[in-house]
Amino acid sequence: MIRLSVPLRQALARLMLPVLIAASFGLMLIGKADTVLIERARTQLADLVVPLYAALARPIGTLREAIAEVRGLILLRSENARLREENERLRRWYDRALALEAENLALRRVLNAPADPTPIFTTARVVADVGGAYARSALLALEPNHSVRKGQVAVDAAGLVGRISEVGDRSARLLLMTDINSRIPVQVERTGTRAILAGTNGPRPRIQHWTGPEQPQPGDRIVTSSEAGAMPAGLPVGIVREGRTGLEVEPFADLDRLAFVRLHDFGLGGILPPDQVVRPPRPRGRGG
Amino acid sequence: MASPVARPPRPRGFWARLDRLARDSAPGAVAVLLLLATGLPLGSVAHHGGMPLTTLASVYFWTLYRPGLMPPWLVFGLGVMADLLSAAPLGVNPLTLLLLHGAVLTQRRVLARQSFLLVWVGFALFATAILALHWTLRVLLALSLQPLGPALLECGVTIAVYPLLSWLFVRVERSLEPV
Repeated sequence: MIRLSVPLRQALARLMLPVLIAASFGLMLIGKADTVLIERARTQLADLVVPLYAALARPIGTLREAIAEVRGLILLRSENARLREENERLRRWYDRALALEAENLALRRVLNAPADPTPIFTTARVVADVGGAYARSALLALEPNHSVRKGQVAVDAAGLVGRISEVGDRSARLLLMTDINSRIPVQVERTGTRAILAGTNGPRPRIQHWTGPEQPQPGDRIVTSSEAGAMPAGLPVGIVREGRTGLEVEPFADLDRLAFVRLHDFGLGGILPPDQVVRPPRPRGRGG
Repeated sequence: MASPVARPPRPRGFWARLDRLARDSAPGAVAVLLLLATGLPLGSVAHHGGMPLTTLASVYFWTLYRPGLMPPWLVFGLGVMADLLSAAPLGVNPLTLLLLHGAVLTQRRVLARQSFLLVWVGFALFATAILALHWTLRVLLALSLQPLGPALLECGVTIAVYPLLSWLFVRVERSLEPV
């Protein structure tokens, strides 16, 4: 260690705070100017901490299961009644679905229409949600040689969750559709009206910029739209509800209790983040 | 580990130094662990700003009672780590935490002698001011109004959880050598 005289050391210590405050402002500027660098730093930190979180995932999962168990025991009776009612309703739907599937198959055969390809997917464990009050994102643990790419669509058992915004070696960051920076092209299933689903950091994203004269109505089902090639069409998103400030969408996906998500590769490359957009080469000048 | 045969020439000195190092780095290590712990997916709390900002409590407590073990560079590092973890615009957490550190340092002589209740009230005041600044900076950096609800909730939870964290910090503090 370098030995410094006492007054010099004290002066250095007193200078440290203002210098670091200035450095914070510097970081703000760098964060605005060089998003690639910051993103690399973020993914590296995520790669570092995700194994730690993944190791804790099992005990945490047990804890959550125990809590759910206790809650389930308390609500056993009402839950049972609800499930019985739902079961009855679903059985009717099941019959209808079978009939419709048969009809669909028959019509496809008549039209010679190819079936929709089943997309390839990776399942990933959600190991941390690190958003805080200003962002809604989650960290996913991945195998080292994964094939997850930026922009992939994440769904849980019930519906759309969000999109992958950063990918590291062992981790990926999932931007939830409720995040204030999330914009997802959607359409109203009933009318086909296109709209944008904008996150607000609240539990329910807002629906805005719909096209056409018909306004989405509360109770309408919202599905993704293939506008701009960012999403496959028809993934279930949520139900329109009347909110305080306008129309909101209650997501089908259980965003509060995400444990696993499926990452689908639909082979779409639409709407890349700004740093990945390749500008067309500038036409050469007169000399070239 | 230390087998009786291959003992270093001055075992007492080495182990004592290692022990000293471990104890000195305890405040920082506890702060980092608490910061990581707030990312654990514990259910619905985290998603609506219902997680406390443990970094505020860490910086406040250690600046107040052991400023030597919470130097500015550590405060800065904690802030950068918090920003990188939450994918927030970089710089806001380091700046606000450093300002908290500086503000507490100026009031340290008065505040450190008070009862726990007053220290807690002090924390509430500091935290509210710092989080208000935090929100303003976020608005300026994003150039759009950020929702106020989750931020207020976060502030409330942070203040409410302080006694619990303080209890933990006092435990750690007692294991350190007296000043």
